[in-house]
Amino acid sequence: MKKFFGILLALAMVLSLAACGGNGGGNDAPANSNPPASTDNNQPAAAPSGSAFKLGTIGPLTGDAAIYGQAVANGAKIAVEEINAMGGAVQFELKSEDDVADGETSVNAYNSLMDWGMQVLVGPTTTGASIAVADKVSSERTFMLTPSASSADVTAGKNNVFQVCFTDPNQGTASADYISANMAGSKVAVIYRNDDAYSQGIRDTFVSQAKANGLEVVYEGAFTADTSTDFSVQLTGAQSAGADMVFLPIYYQPASVILTQAAAMNYAPTFFGVDGMDGILTMENFDASLAEGVMLLTPFSADATDARTQNFVQAYQAEFGEIPNQFAADAYDGVYIMKAALEAAGCTPDMSTADICEAIVGVMTSLSVDGLTGQGMTWGADGAVSKDPMAVVIENGTYVLP
Amino acid sequence: MKKMRIKQHTRTNFLTYLGVVAAFIIMNALSANGSLSRSLTGQLVPICCYMSMAVSLNLTVGILGELSLGHAGFMSVGAFSGIVAAMSLQSLIPAAPLRLAVAMLVGAAAAALAGLVVGSPVLRLRGDYLAIVTLAFGEIIKDLVNCLLVGVDASGLHVAFNLTGSKTVEDLGMQPDGIAIIKGAQGATSTTTIATFTAGFILVMVTLFVVLNLKYSRAGRAIMALRDNAIAAESVGVNITKYKMMAFVTSAALAGAAGALYGLNFSSLQATKFNFNTSILILVFVVLGGLGNLWGSLVAAAVLTVLPELLRAFSDYRMLVYAIVLILVMLATNNPTIKTFLNWKSNGKEAA
Repeated sequence: MKKFFGILLALAMVLSLAACGGNGGGNDAPANSNPPASTDNNQPAAAPSGSAFKLGTIGPLTGDAAIYGQAVANGAKIAVEEINAMGGAVQFELKSEDDVADGETSVNAYNSLMDWGMQVLVGPTTTGASIAVADKVSSERTFMLTPSASSADVTAGKNNVFQVCFTDPNQGTASADYISANMAGSKVAVIYRNDDAYSQGIRDTFVSQAKANGLEVVYEGAFTADTSTDFSVQLTGAQSAGADMVFLPIYYQPASVILTQAAAMNYAPTFFGVDGMDGILTMENFDASLAEGVMLLTPFSADATDARTQNFVQAYQAEFGEIPNQFAADAYDGVYIMKAALEAAGCTPDMSTADICEAIVGVMTSLSVDGLTGQGMTWGADGAVSKDPMAVVIENGTYVLP
Repeated sequence: MKKMRIKQHTRTNFLTYLGVVAAFIIMNALSANGSLSRSLTGQLVPICCYMSMAVSLNLTVGILGELSLGHAGFMSVGAFSGIVAAMSLQSLIPAAPLRLAVAMLVGAAAAALAGLVVGSPVLRLRGDYLAIVTLAFGEIIKDLVNCLLVGVDASGLHVAFNLTGSKTVEDLGMQPDGIAIIKGAQGATSTTTIATFTAGFILVMVTLFVVLNLKYSRAGRAIMALRDNAIAAESVGVNITKYKMMAFVTSAALAGAAGALYGLNFSSLQATKFNFNTSILILVFVVLGGLGNLWGSLVAAAVLTVLPELLRAFSDYRMLVYAIVLILVMLATNNPTIKTFLNWKSNGKEAA
């Protein structure tokens, strides 16, 4: 008995170490997909002379959602380098911390950035973590601009929390509006993850808007984190319900499995994703040709021909060796928005974090910023951004306008 | 000799209490004069929760000798029931400390009930069935909370089970002034955070008090007797199921109280937080601190919670370093020389 118990405990230890390893290295490709990017995320970007604003970013640099966190850290780094090179009145010192997309760790990361002396925060990256941190910044008066946390709960009731990305309700309704306007009469299936705030949130608003638009939702299939490796049940369900459009309000890892399995069973509906789908083309061990024809709603396309986007994509490719995704663009915009806000509020780097926060909150709603992810972005007092979503389709491994 | 032994464990217990009180006073003094980093200040409440979790799991694993792989499940039950209690009593009990106490009691009661349901069939069996069932329990709780929609308005609590996945908070039929407390998969996203370090300290003290007193009571002797030899214990008239249930339900209730405190420390909490990894993390605290060794659990919980934050300097490699540190500590504590030293020090205390 005692021996058996010992073996069980040993097994538990091994599992736990595996779990720790999972947190550390990520369970698969994403964490290691861009080694150049991950080497010096933690180092302050450049060393600005004299006084600079201390800007922090938080995101999952390791773990399952590492692509997002690293994109945010990298995008912010490029923006900070550009701003410091221009040498204006506003200069930044950047530090990025890892939160493994977990609320508790994210609050720890925020506290550790505050120990460093952070004055403004561009982050966190994921929704659940952002809600936890938003509550802290609201009571401690630190200005927070999240590049990519899309739930309305992040900003609700806090006057110093703003978003660069669309809110979930906005994404859900915009997707439903787009589909009913451009592909009227399609039979829609929804496959979503029902233990995830982001996915469930978009699904809820999508389905209610689809109903309002008279769009037919013929099938809904849910999965959880533990069942995200096999989608044959959901895909067969969608196929037998006659769906010719599958809406995927999910992250790119499960989406890659869905695309692979759908191709294997010769089921070829139009797949329609939202911003979580972004990143699928750079995923390791995934045949990107399977993503051909996938549509997604994203505010950013790396193929846009305007000079700013081109410059950003070039700088990003030169430094990190890959094409930036929407999260990198959101973070890049976030830093520029922060710069615009600091300038408009007339802040100086010797001001306290709380003073800067109150000053920026005062000017935020009157600000209008042109960025990579939208022209003339403005903010309401509720913290949500107003800009137009854009639907793109994947062709020859890049996003193009349909 | 016998007298000597009792003295020894009383002294260890006293030192354990004293250590916790001293740590509390030092932390309070440090944070009062501002020399405590914010990073550590922010972790004080979670550390208290994990300490309490580790001590309560030690009751099941170390003292009762049954393996539980779903301790985070009880934490989850406590957390979400505590959040619901605290949020719905907001207008009835305006004083936050009192509301927190009530929430923790509700969390403890709910987790104890869950422990009773899980334990009553399984603890009648011999063997390692508890490990299997608690493992499943942790997963089931996660899925159940993902289906749970709870809101409160002037007319009271509204609860719905979103089994088909097609319901939303709107389906609760709340009045416009109602607040959604738990929104299924999105979890509790608008919790008013009322947890304090003092509450955490009290929780750790109460947990220690309950577990230590149980361990050295008549019932505790019976529990340890059936751990060491169930047949012998039964032959002298120890009611095996009763004592197993006593230890297991107590352990679950304490985990529930810790969960409630944890839940009320963060404004956002998802059921996925309390997954298998969290259960194992707490088991690691217990194993690293030593089975049946309560102060060891306390130290292990505190050190292993702070460690990942201290390792932030290693950036992306910090969890790798964390794992290496774990392995080194395991090797060190199993080193014969160190083991002899530890045994010599705690001689008599662990004579069982």
